[in-house]
Amino acid sequence: MAKVLIVAEQRDGKLKKSTFELVGAASAAGNETHVALLGDGVGALAAEIGTYGANKVHVAESASLKLYNGETYANVLTELVKSLSPDVVLASHTPTGRDLMPRIARRLDVGLASDCISLVFEGTNIKVRRPVYSGKATAEVEFLGAGPRLATIRANALGVGKPDASKKAEVAPFAVNAGEPKTKTTDVVQGASARPDVTEAAIVVSGGRALKSAENFKMIEDLADVLGAAVGASRAAVDAGYRPHRDQVGQTGKVVSPALYIACGISGAIQHLAGMRSSKTIVAINMDPEAPIYQIADYGMIGDIFQAVPALTEEFKKVKEH
Amino acid sequence: MNIYVCIKQVPDTETKIKLNADSSGIDTAGIKWILSPFDEFAVEEALRVKEKNAGSTVTVISAGPTRVVDSIRTALAMGCDNGIHVELPESADNAMAAKALAGALKKEAQVDLVFTGKEAIDDGAAQTSALIAEGMGIPCVTVVLGIEYSATAVKCKREVEGGAFEMVEAPLPVLIAAQKGLNEPRYASLPNIMKAKKKEVKSLKAADVAVTDGDQKIRFKNFQLPPPKQSGKKVPGEIPAAAKELVRLLHEEAKVV
Repeated sequence: MAKVLIVAEQRDGKLKKSTFELVGAASAAGNETHVALLGDGVGALAAEIGTYGANKVHVAESASLKLYNGETYANVLTELVKSLSPDVVLASHTPTGRDLMPRIARRLDVGLASDCISLVFEGTNIKVRRPVYSGKATAEVEFLGAGPRLATIRANALGVGKPDASKKAEVAPFAVNAGEPKTKTTDVVQGASARPDVTEAAIVVSGGRALKSAENFKMIEDLADVLGAAVGASRAAVDAGYRPHRDQVGQTGKVVSPALYIACGISGAIQHLAGMRSSKTIVAINMDPEAPIYQIADYGMIGDIFQAVPALTEEFKKVKEH
Repeated sequence: MNIYVCIKQVPDTETKIKLNADSSGIDTAGIKWILSPFDEFAVEEALRVKEKNAGSTVTVISAGPTRVVDSIRTALAMGCDNGIHVELPESADNAMAAKALAGALKKEAQVDLVFTGKEAIDDGAAQTSALIAEGMGIPCVTVVLGIEYSATAVKCKREVEGGAFEMVEAPLPVLIAAQKGLNEPRYASLPNIMKAKKKEVKSLKAADVAVTDGDQKIRFKNFQLPPPKQSGKKVPGEIPAAAKELVRLLHEEAKVV
């Protein structure tokens, strides 16, 4: 059994699903599970964290923590780690986790295993494995030296367990010493899309250059909306101006790991596979039966996407209505 | 302005990865090495700042085995003025590389701006940028898509999830980790490639920047190649019958919808 500290992540007072993945995994393995919750007026979220099995939620609340700031968050968390002395510290490999965890690792002078896709607790240690070389291989990470083991875990890699309303975590305030940061987060400009983020969504529907225009992505959006999915795109589609770069899945775009990935009119260049090969179920729809995407697809349908995608949308609607 | 770019050399995307005999790493024989793509945005941004500020210099720094000097030359060919190579073993992790890079930067007389790519495409860890900044005691802004410069500060547009952006202000000196979209990197011209061969690349040993074996904090081991995937099921027939069958399989067999 290990003493585990999980860095909860919330935006606008809503906890990330990936936080529940970490809490559930640590708790299910029988660990003493602590959670750090930072923000302004976020204390009420501790109860929800408790339903996933956390033993104790350390709440650091302050106006200076309202917006994420790498310096203030690292200041508070480093202090918490020093006072709590956990064996393991985990965060999600999100834009926040990626920015925050190296800062803490440097201050504690310990190693950090980034973007892990498997996590096993072994006594007071963890065994983690992560993709390397764009997912062309995976490697186990061995921690050298003493000190807490720090890791960031890819969203959707562990899966979310079921919350149990009868479970409650002890809630303890943690006195904030946020320090005087040199950087200042002045504003957060929200994205226009009401759809889930491509890195967080359980289902991703992606389109490639075969879509032929930005307008034609409407049919990808229609399919995505029936499934509550995020919309992704190949580099070719982004370079052609059909979608913004933030939707790009692949080596120079986002790395996603959803339960279901539907690739429409994407041939499956190595750069694209780098971003989606850890998806649990992969569906490919392509005109060319020899397209490389079929080598990693679990299900394939060969045909014209302009007929296939609307037909799929109709069929999914029927299933969803039942 | 004294501008620095930290770069990493990585295997080319198209390179086939083979494991070495005991699976403790990859077989580096026959690998084509390139400048990590995100670092190209960092180099380009540094050059653009230099072009707007007369008298500026851009120094490119990389830590690793001797082969990384080739990627330093690539950046010099794009227009950087000079280079620094810190010699580290092949096995160096992010922590050791960051300590070496921060150590090399701390030896410089004045550092105003440091650029990096937001991550390298070999390990995709996205750690080194923040580790360098922490090591130098300067602020850092990661995943940056846009920068407004003033004489003493920067205002950065930082990409977060869901298509949202954080606007972050920081005083100089600052480290900025570049995201794709920050700019469009230039190609090296043939004359500049020739000139790059004559530019100075200073060489430092690990000991010169106080790096020891103990600075390595993690080690990759037990490498595995992804298990060969069974060929997927291709649903037969014409659309819409095939679409109906595919949805049935996803619903009843894969149970993902």
